[in-house]
Amino acid sequence: MIEKEFRQLFRNAVLLRMMLAAPVMQLILLSYAANFEVKNLNIVVVDQDHTPYARRLVSKFRYIDNFHFLGYAPAYKPAYHELLTGHADLILLISPHFERDLGKANHSSVQLLVSAIDGTKAGIASGYAQSIIRDFNTDIRSETVGLEPAGGARLDIENQYWYNPRLEYKTFMVPGILFELLLLIGGMIAALNIVREKEIGTQEQLNVTPIKKHEFILGKLTPFVLIGLVQFTLGMLVAAFFFRIPIQGSIPLLYGFAFLFLLLCVGLGLLISAISETQQQAMFAVFFCLVLFILLSGLFSSTDDMPQWAQYINLFNPLRYIIEVGRNVILKGSTFRDMQTQFYALLAMSVALIGLASWRYRKTV
Amino acid sequence: MKAVVTNKLTKKFGDFVATNEITFDVAQGEIFGFLGANGAGKTTAMRMLCGLLKPTSGEATVAGFDVYKQSEQIKQVIGYMSQKFSLYDDLTVRENIRFYGGIYGLNRTNLKAKSDAIIQQLGLGSVADKLTVSLPLGWKQRLAFSVALIHDPKVVFLDEPTGGVDPITRRQFWDMIYEAAHRGTTIFVTTHYMDEAEYCNRVSIMVDGRIKALDTPGALKQQFGTDSMDGVFQILARGTSTK
Repeated sequence: MIEKEFRQLFRNAVLLRMMLAAPVMQLILLSYAANFEVKNLNIVVVDQDHTPYARRLVSKFRYIDNFHFLGYAPAYKPAYHELLTGHADLILLISPHFERDLGKANHSSVQLLVSAIDGTKAGIASGYAQSIIRDFNTDIRSETVGLEPAGGARLDIENQYWYNPRLEYKTFMVPGILFELLLLIGGMIAALNIVREKEIGTQEQLNVTPIKKHEFILGKLTPFVLIGLVQFTLGMLVAAFFFRIPIQGSIPLLYGFAFLFLLLCVGLGLLISAISETQQQAMFAVFFCLVLFILLSGLFSSTDDMPQWAQYINLFNPLRYIIEVGRNVILKGSTFRDMQTQFYALLAMSVALIGLASWRYRKTV
Repeated sequence: MKAVVTNKLTKKFGDFVATNEITFDVAQGEIFGFLGANGAGKTTAMRMLCGLLKPTSGEATVAGFDVYKQSEQIKQVIGYMSQKFSLYDDLTVRENIRFYGGIYGLNRTNLKAKSDAIIQQLGLGSVADKLTVSLPLGWKQRLAFSVALIHDPKVVFLDEPTGGVDPITRRQFWDMIYEAAHRGTTIFVTTHYMDEAEYCNRVSIMVDGRIKALDTPGALKQQFGTDSMDGVFQILARGTSTK
């Protein structure tokens, strides 16, 4: 059985090449594309003050990389129109008595309007803008007052980012995407494989043979897990040599987890294929699981910020655990002891899925 | 010992009664024809006997094993060839033989001898290492039949084995069936072709889930006063459809 699966896999050269090349490509592409650095924020300024201070504030925005200065708008309305049409991401509104108030009351205000269609982007954009304005504020203060306000032991918060010192998004994304791909390949191909046997009728032929359940499950499981490990190796090579991600943790530990996770993925695939009758059904089921797992996994957004119910669902999200493992072991050098929770969670899920799949797979209907 | 015995074997899918209390037996080494229009319940009956479907009620044994409790033992001693072509297209002829032989637990030397014998018998020497997908349908069917016989089963179930092939290939296929029967294998075959029914030792005709007639082709023709199995079939099938 195992031998046959391998022969079939190697015979299908196109699929094999896809299974090996696609992950590498996706890893590279996604890791570059899927980052949260926000660049090219289009800004429109409505300057109703026209004073040197106002211009100074504007110039601060003009010379910062993350912003792209679109131009001045004569009034609020046309600027708002730019925001509506999507040309602008944010509007900086400087009120008429900006400089006067600043000088007199030492207190003045500007207004920021941020297009929040893309929530993450909006948050980051307003963050950038605020820091620029704060910066401007300090400049002005020291110039006008000449010295720090009395009792002004200023507290500067200095951030230090551990484990990913330069806040490289690639470093953060690569370990996550690596495992996401294993789920994609392991789960999907395994599910489709058995359903295909059902469709072409060989499954029925197998069912009239005295083949044992465990022989069948093992025969299907082994090749996909091995292919998955090959993929994982490729992925690790890309991570280490192409992205130059320093791998802090133990490599055998990573492989151990990858193996466990692959068992789980293929188990999921087997279960799905046991339930579905056609490739379409299986495809849909796999996609449903994949999208749910990926979006909730913390690959793109932090799981801690998700609502409570999503966190409950996440207790059963294998991708979340393995991504935690990937990031911690690769970036932080965590050991098995640190990753015990994840290990037991993944182990329990693998056993459950493979168990369910074997139970659902029946030779007699 | 009888190869197949059934007693009031019934399968219901919801309200629909696919096979209704069918009772018959098949002797060892017999070629037993199972006839009926599409949807008459032939395939359902066969699937129950092969252990693919659990019967709703009634009794049946295959090679002395009970279909309810001993379906795995049954699977050891039967061969099965379905309407759908059931070899792997993406394996070569030799790999297909190896795979199924392996599942039935043939050892290496035995398997090698069997593969060579099959390939030689079918004259597939030149294509033994070609992918099965490239073979003509008639060849695939004969190969599938040989593979169904690879573990020398006591009973072979053939579900419309000759669908879609030309008369000459069908004739060749039936030569193989005779040969197997001659060696003592019981052949249980469903078919649409009335000329094939003539080749069987005994024939049963199913209409709407019931067995309407069961005898040798000669006796059936006499009973219904026609000179061909086609005539017998027409009378039985039409008799109910006009009701």
